[in-house]
Amino acid sequence: MTEVKCPENILEEIRADQLPEKVMAKMAEGYRLSQACAATIEDHLELSYSFAEDNSFQYYTFRILPAEGEEIPSITRICPAAIFYENEMRELFGANITLIALDLQDKMYRIEEVQPFAPEKKEGE
Amino acid sequence: MAETTAKRSIIPYGPQHPVLPEPIHLDLVLEDEKIVDVLPNVGFIHRGLEKLVQKKDFNEMMYVIERVCGICSFVHGMGYCATIEKVFDVEIPDRAKFLRTMWSEMSRIHSHMLWLGLLADAFGFESLFYQVWRSREQILNMVELHTGSRLISSVNKVGGVLKDVDDDKLKILSKTVDQIEEDMLRVQKVFFEDYSVQSRLKGIGILTPENAHALGAVGPFARASGIPLDLRMRGDNAMPYIDFEPITSNDCDCFARCYVRFMEVLQSIDIIRQCIAKMPADHTLVTPVKGNPQGEAFMRLEQPRGEVVYYAKANGTKYLERFRVRTPTFANLIPLCETLKGESFADLGLLVLSIDPCISCTER
Repeated sequence: MTEVKCPENILEEIRADQLPEKVMAKMAEGYRLSQACAATIEDHLELSYSFAEDNSFQYYTFRILPAEGEEIPSITRICPAAIFYENEMRELFGANITLIALDLQDKMYRIEEVQPFAPEKKEGE
Repeated sequence: MAETTAKRSIIPYGPQHPVLPEPIHLDLVLEDEKIVDVLPNVGFIHRGLEKLVQKKDFNEMMYVIERVCGICSFVHGMGYCATIEKVFDVEIPDRAKFLRTMWSEMSRIHSHMLWLGLLADAFGFESLFYQVWRSREQILNMVELHTGSRLISSVNKVGGVLKDVDDDKLKILSKTVDQIEEDMLRVQKVFFEDYSVQSRLKGIGILTPENAHALGAVGPFARASGIPLDLRMRGDNAMPYIDFEPITSNDCDCFARCYVRFMEVLQSIDIIRQCIAKMPADHTLVTPVKGNPQGEAFMRLEQPRGEVVYYAKANGTKYLERFRVRTPTFANLIPLCETLKGESFADLGLLVLSIDPCISCTER
């Protein structure tokens, strides 16, 4: 029978400036980038970078809660697989990810609306 | 001796091209006929489906997520429901687990057979293409018999499945998969030993295991490079009761990808037989779910093209705050670009096809 390997997913909240070193450490442990996405929760962004280890099926997610406009360093030079994820997060959610290795200049999805998922700005801003 | 100078040129390829299977744009840097660099671009069929979580409640959203892609429709529906079930922390009945496993393997068979036919068409073997697609009609007929629809079946529900299958339908399915297996074994020798197939597929599009892991390749694309990554090993649904090992190849080329997908068709037939033999007698199909979801969950499943990741975040209302689908082609595009470097421009159509691209899944 297929052995059940279903470990609990682990979520760790980190700062934006910690992201590159944490990613390098995870990749050195044999993890690969599985997905990266952004979410608009009420009036702020949440970024999630998830890494998978394929022998144990362990899933590890780094969660970043950036301040408005805070720069998030790109991990594409460490992990080229992140290229499309980071372009998508910037184009759709307005995440201020800088120095993406292949920068599609917010033209990845070719949509008219600018940052359709971005948090709504408060009145007066 | 005269010095030859390679000339570099940039050729735009796609999104519309007779050889290209999906609407993807590639800017190819060519030295004579050799590809030296690739700049990929997508975004031609983005539909903004994920934004519909703001308008459709979590039960209705299943029907939207199913329509992310027509080929992978069942697994999308199943994955969405499994993710919301994880948020609710409910377990579905055993019979629903076996039905989901059986139907997802039927989906895998039809997807892989579609790909095998397209592959044969891509290297000009039209009769082989017709043979495979004719045989594929049988599995689509079975999907229609069980669910009422050939592709977008809408049989998944948060908490279980909507339809049951009686013993007569299981017997018909059993006979049908026997026939499909016979058909596939008849064409196996052509796919694996025919000189023209081998000369088009062997040795091209090499993706080393190191690059496959570093660039995040998933599914048959990764397994053809020797990485035994198959999310069915996690033991979701009925998989703990099924004998199963991932199919891999160490050749890392287009032929290896063909081999892996072909053998997975036969493997899926075996899994379906095991599901039929072990189908629970209790006909309970749904675990009732009350109220609205609260919390977040990641769910990973093995689609025909590879690992698919679903992420849901809920805040206790009937509308989800976020639902994200990371499809396998999204992950395989960057390794594809690495695979193209150093290859001949004439092989480009086959190479792009070898990852089994599904751009509608990628862009949503």
